Amino acid sequence: MKKTSPFLLCGPVLAMYALLLAAPLAMTVLLSFNSYSRSLGIVLTWDLRNYAEVISDSYFLRIFGRTLQLAVAVTLISAAIGAPEAWIISRLSPRWRTFSLLVVLGPLLVSVVVRTLGWTILMGGSGLLNQAFAALGLPRAEMLFSLPGVVIALTHVLVPFMVLAVWTALQQVDPATENAAASLGASPAQVFLRVVLPQAMPGVLSGSIIVFSLAASAFATPALIGGRRLKVAATAIYDEFLASLNWPLGAAIAVLLVVSVVAIVLLWNRLVERRFAAMAP
Amino acid sequence: MRRNGIVGLAFHALFVAFMLAPLAVVALVAFTPDGYLSLPVHGPSLRWFRAIADYPEFVDSFWISIRLGLASASLSTIVLLPAAVAIGRSRFLGRDGVLAFVMSPLMVPAVVMGIALLRFLSILGIQGTFGGLVLCHTVVVGPYVLRMLLAAATGIDGNVERAAVSLGAGRFTTFRRVTLPMLLGGLAGGWVLAFIASFDELTVSVFVASPQTTPLPLRLFSHIAETTDPLVASVSAVILALSAALLILLDRLYGVDRLFSGGRR
Repeated sequence: MKKTSPFLLCGPVLAMYALLLAAPLAMTVLLSFNSYSRSLGIVLTWDLRNYAEVISDSYFLRIFGRTLQLAVAVTLISAAIGAPEAWIISRLSPRWRTFSLLVVLGPLLVSVVVRTLGWTILMGGSGLLNQAFAALGLPRAEMLFSLPGVVIALTHVLVPFMVLAVWTALQQVDPATENAAASLGASPAQVFLRVVLPQAMPGVLSGSIIVFSLAASAFATPALIGGRRLKVAATAIYDEFLASLNWPLGAAIAVLLVVSVVAIVLLWNRLVERRFAAMAP
Repeated sequence: MRRNGIVGLAFHALFVAFMLAPLAVVALVAFTPDGYLSLPVHGPSLRWFRAIADYPEFVDSFWISIRLGLASASLSTIVLLPAAVAIGRSRFLGRDGVLAFVMSPLMVPAVVMGIALLRFLSILGIQGTFGGLVLCHTVVVGPYVLRMLLAAATGIDGNVERAAVSLGAGRFTTFRRVTLPMLLGGLAGGWVLAFIASFDELTVSVFVASPQTTPLPLRLFSHIAETTDPLVASVSAVILALSAALLILLDRLYGVDRLFSGGRR
């Protein structure tokens, strides 16, 4: 049978993505080399002044520092709670397993705005969490407009990706190794840390990369919980584009954000590969 | 035996509570009879659901989001169906490149896609139009559609098609009567997933929507940024209910366990 050429079949989507993805992204990089003046708008200067401004201004450096802090905290917490949760889910009875996966992964299909609103209500000054703290005799916590508040809410938004990645990796793990460890007297914690976790590590690592990149570029949750004062890279880009109208500067922040995230992920990958190469027999 | 101990089950209960708490609190607060965000301690009331009707901009945004989801999910499915058949059923030079290219919107931060498309659409002079918004969402939801279509396309037994051809069916007839019905599960699953992704999308819409074409999540976002009355909770409850219904539909069409494991069992 004569086959239709795959290039013909892929043609429409390639044309669409070239026009609506590749071209706009390339133009954004070019835009970052231009400059902005209040009277003239975007001026085609073709220099690095936006990058120089971002790198030399302590205001922007603090924003990038905060973004990194946020992304690292969310990634670590997601790994710490998401990996054990995936293992526990994999050991439930089939019926409870399906139900639990639905509950843990289902929120991925609910708008981030709705999920963040829930945390705004919980964390408010007289919100449920503070009422619970008061009932327990604990002091009031100001979580709204604070970095810990953003970390908690963003962890809630992103931890399903970690559970999903680890759960997928656990499908490849031979349950006999766990049983062997347990029959030799290992406690559940020991089984998890010494037998399961090393085998599930590829899942934890790919989950970390997904969570880290999404946390570093998150917009809605930092904007709603962090507010105007607690700016991160994504909300700074938003302000440059829609408030100050300095598009070239905003584009430079965006390029720096993408480059830093890619660099950190690649470096992390390299380090991990070396560790694994050293561990392999 | 592989069983969870008490500690494991307690951890699991806490984790599930953590995942559900913010959603449950939104759904509960939506039924408050009071004028401020609070749990409905004075009995449930539909006051704030009725209030939605007094805010025509929310109703308009709801329909914009529905139309946007329908248009972008359909357009994306139509454009990606031939590509998924090619990628899933044959090996050719540049196959991995095409695959990576279509999946790349998942890798590019949404805020970067947003500014890039804002600049691009404003140069073309279609920034803020509904059509422009549809094009942006079509690109954003592409990876979800492709993943589902690929899972379906790679599972097809080529012998069935060869049997159709040997019985005298033409290429188009074979595709329409034999291949397409076998792809239907992935097609429907991918379409629903794309609709949900578009219906939930905020960050790209922030940059490319105009006041006349504001989708529901963006309307909600702007409203929350200004004031938090129980109206945002009742609107969110409607979104939650719709998402839950679509999730159940997806489960029926495709099976959630298969959906979340990317089509692999």
